[in-house]
Amino acid sequence: MTPEEKRALQLTAVSVREGILTSTHGAKAGHPGGSLSAADVFTYLYFKELRIDPKNPRWEDRDRFVLSKGHTAPGLYAVLALRGYFPVEELPRLRHIDSFLQGHPNMNTVPGVDMSTGSLGQGLSAAAGMAKGAKYLGKDVNAYALLGDGELAEGQIWEATMFAAHYKLDNLCIIADINGLQIDGRTKDVMNTEPVDAKFAAFGCDVVKVDGHDFDQLEAAFARFHENHGSGRPTCILMKTTKGKGVSYMEDNAGWHGKAPNDEEYAKGMAELAEARKALEV
Amino acid sequence: MADVKKVATRDSYGNALKELGAVAENLVVLDADLAGATKTAIFQKAFPDRHFDCGIAEANMIDVAAGLSTMGLVPFAATFAMFAAGRAYEQVRNTIGYPHLNVKIGATHGGISVGEDGASHQCCEDFALMRTIPGMTVMCPSDDVEARQMVKAAYEMNGPVYMRFGRAATPVFHGEDFKFEIGKGEVLRDGTDAAIIATGIMVPEAIEAGKLLAEEGINARVINMATIKPLDEELVLQAARECGKLVTVEEHSIIGGLGEAVCSLVSERCPVPVKRIGVNDEFGHSGPAAALLEQFGLCADNIVKQVRALLGK
Repeated sequence: MTPEEKRALQLTAVSVREGILTSTHGAKAGHPGGSLSAADVFTYLYFKELRIDPKNPRWEDRDRFVLSKGHTAPGLYAVLALRGYFPVEELPRLRHIDSFLQGHPNMNTVPGVDMSTGSLGQGLSAAAGMAKGAKYLGKDVNAYALLGDGELAEGQIWEATMFAAHYKLDNLCIIADINGLQIDGRTKDVMNTEPVDAKFAAFGCDVVKVDGHDFDQLEAAFARFHENHGSGRPTCILMKTTKGKGVSYMEDNAGWHGKAPNDEEYAKGMAELAEARKALEV
Repeated sequence: MADVKKVATRDSYGNALKELGAVAENLVVLDADLAGATKTAIFQKAFPDRHFDCGIAEANMIDVAAGLSTMGLVPFAATFAMFAAGRAYEQVRNTIGYPHLNVKIGATHGGISVGEDGASHQCCEDFALMRTIPGMTVMCPSDDVEARQMVKAAYEMNGPVYMRFGRAATPVFHGEDFKFEIGKGEVLRDGTDAAIIATGIMVPEAIEAGKLLAEEGINARVINMATIKPLDEELVLQAARECGKLVTVEEHSIIGGLGEAVCSLVSERCPVPVKRIGVNDEFGHSGPAAALLEQFGLCADNIVKQVRALLGK
């Protein structure tokens, strides 16, 4: 991608991060940490990778995205709003009693959400069903699922991966956000899911490891996914990320898994993101 | 009823899927390594490309079905009731029920008539589990004719459906002119001394009980309640008003199934005495199906006894 294109994505990712802070601050609840670690891949997917039409969210031949780590809805909602699925002004109403922005993604209330998720371990199976359905119908449609690394402890993830390889779902892209933290602490201490790469490879995936905050590496990884079409192998992109990325006091801190910033923290975070924007605009 | 034709409703399921498959191109079938037992193998043989075996991974199968349905397909997912409603409860609740997806769950081997396999496979809790999910249609056919029409009706309606089919061959008492309708009970025998409301393979037993009671001068209304949710409330309330005493019969725990659905309704809108016949909050065990059903009181003789007791006779 050109330097201009990359800068545009980086600027959009700053806006996604602002949306995450704004929505969780407005909700006084929600999950900023894992939303921020995935902010760059959300941006890449919705502004470069996915074949979608925000004016026609239910377009039959669109690519499908399933947020298996559904608690990071603030990140998904922010990118959907910025992509034009609904007004950005709705974001602070996240989780409000009269808002369509449910705490976890709801496919029937939020335009652009392809599957209701929230209960961990299930989204990959649903995405595999979409990929299988596309193949059965002869449609050139890709399905993407974003998982958390803590989520990999759910046995159903491996049922779904086995299914994807068995049915040669090379139109399925599994993306794991390896930020190394979950609610109770470091993933390696709570329930060690490593070696994740060897596990997905053993289950039949083509595994690509990237820095999940580097758009060039993300571009290369998704290019490999497209190259894998016809190979019969699902692609698994393992993204090394930093939980809370972009907001200094949240970075690599499990305490920010499911806590909203107060007014002071919100102001500080937004100021940091404004700085980041300024640096990119120079 | 020795000369009566007997068919297991799981066979009806497999046959109906095959028949539907010929005209419904968007129908696909999923199984979890039980195609021979659930009878989806009948469909598989006719349409191998539309039958997706998921292996012994029921949770994944249910959510794969959810994904398939969002692509415009109508998936029928099959496994034993124990695993469809039990193992995969939360998948059904969150990924089919909550988004109200157009997935049909065809669960076989419900109840203690599973027989020799014993308690681990005798699911007597599935109606209870599935009833609690908002928007879920829960049904259990009484014979082959009704089962085949139920599968077709489930395909034709939009929304999640749970159907329970049986393992054991049971009498076919409906004629081919029978018209099944989701949410409508069927009065099989009229009477006003008491009403027997039964579902699934308990319906033939209720019919037999109705005959035996008539010989004693007790005229019981016999109702086939194939749709457990949404319950045919008008028919139940009418029975409560006109008969004054109700007996429910199901091959399911007395907790959470048809009996409790009837009790909840009449206690709020037309209180009358109700006797629930079902599995009395206990696990089953191994044995031949017929002997088990008799031992657990899921038979015409016990229905007769309970109606008499309710009438003080």
